[in-house]
Amino acid sequence: MSQEEVLSGLAIIVNEVAGVPVDQITMEKRFVDDLDVDSLSMVEVVMAAEDKWGVKIPDADAKNLVTVGDAVLYIEANS
Amino acid sequence: MSREVVVTGMGMTTPVGGDVESNWEAILAGRPGIALIDEPWVKDHPARIAGIMAVDPLTILEKHETRRMDRSQQSALIAAREAWANAGSPEVDPERLGTVIATGIGGITSLMGSYDILLERGPSRISPHMVTMIMPNGPAAIVGLEFGARAGVHTPVSACSSGAEAISYAARMIQSGRADVVIAGGAEAAIHPITMAGFAAMRALSTRNDDPRAASRPYDIDRDGFVMGEGAGILILESEDHARSRGAVILGRYAGAGLTSDGHHIAQPDPEGAGAARAITFALEEAGLTPADIAHVNAHATSTPQGDIAEAAAIRRALGSATDTVYVAGTKSMTGHLLGGAGAIESIYSILAMRDRKAPPTANLDNIDPEIDLNVGNNGPVDLPQGDIAVLNNSFGFGGHDVAVIFRSV
Repeated sequence: MSQEEVLSGLAIIVNEVAGVPVDQITMEKRFVDDLDVDSLSMVEVVMAAEDKWGVKIPDADAKNLVTVGDAVLYIEANS
Repeated sequence: MSREVVVTGMGMTTPVGGDVESNWEAILAGRPGIALIDEPWVKDHPARIAGIMAVDPLTILEKHETRRMDRSQQSALIAAREAWANAGSPEVDPERLGTVIATGIGGITSLMGSYDILLERGPSRISPHMVTMIMPNGPAAIVGLEFGARAGVHTPVSACSSGAEAISYAARMIQSGRADVVIAGGAEAAIHPITMAGFAAMRALSTRNDDPRAASRPYDIDRDGFVMGEGAGILILESEDHARSRGAVILGRYAGAGLTSDGHHIAQPDPEGAGAARAITFALEEAGLTPADIAHVNAHATSTPQGDIAEAAAIRRALGSATDTVYVAGTKSMTGHLLGGAGAIESIYSILAMRDRKAPPTANLDNIDPEIDLNVGNNGPVDLPQGDIAVLNNSFGFGGHDVAVIFRSV
């Protein structure tokens, strides 16, 4: 699975959870500060990513996923 | 400084329409919004009919909004946005803006849906929004956040009188000086197998499944129970000074409310209607009106055999000989029973009746029950007098709650 595939899949999830337009969801964007994804919505993003890619993202790791790129690389490495 | 309370905005979504004007057109035309529930689970139920919102909130709100809001919250937000726009999007100090939105049951479809997920997929799959979706104060909180209300967000819960109680509470916030503008009303979306089974177990629901549009028939001799409805009604209440200073259009005046309790039975009305009559009398006293000033009553009239008779007794006990001429209508004959939303949508219908000087019909009233000694009719809208008039909206709830609200013309 390529980085681009994970990014586009994650962009769809973030769009559905938080209403952020897909084209704004790029690697360098920060979930909280740039995309206005609050902590509850971040839990939803993690749950949806776990379902989609069959990864387990423990809370201890999830809190380090600051940018979209952090999440993409984590999913890519652990799925 | 005067603390008179006026209505400057209204919004609603119900089984008969997705906004105020489509509602009013359907209500004056006597057109019920009741249909068979189109879900596989209904086949085992004794009551298989309901009033589903005419415009599905999912077609209006964004997906990221609907996934974190219970359906009752969605309906409240839609109605509140309409009401706020109708009021001219008032500029108000956020610390002087309040929200009072009631519900009878809260986010029960979200609760039950989450429980299904818990059983099927385990605790890790429960939405982080589940708690804020099921809490009864959710509709008030969602709407309060949308408009930045900081004077207070409140949720009276008194079953089917909750919506009327919310309007009374909102008016108190303005009268006591806590707020200048309050977004007030009620919302309910509780049509689910568990509630349908529970109300049916009480023998409270109509089982006229073969003729859904005729099922809700207040005052008719063949009525057999109420029909569940869903949706929301929201009013913008405002101090008259605030409304006038911004040049707002005043749609009606809040005149007074009476709130009592039966102390009789957990679910059955007091057959004498004593508590309900006291509520009406207290509302008249607060309004400084006499029974003869009431031109129209939007009755609670749920279409249950006992409830309609008890309310008729209460109206006669409170209004005396004026009962012979006051025109009474039961609009649940068209909307079904919105539980915590009922008092709010029926207050809006009452204000619209004053605006247009037309009181709605009671649909499906083919043969009046001889025990109903009221001036009701099914022959289309009835003209109301010109000049200063007042209208009364009754709401009663399981638990013995009695709420009467009176509005006056502008």
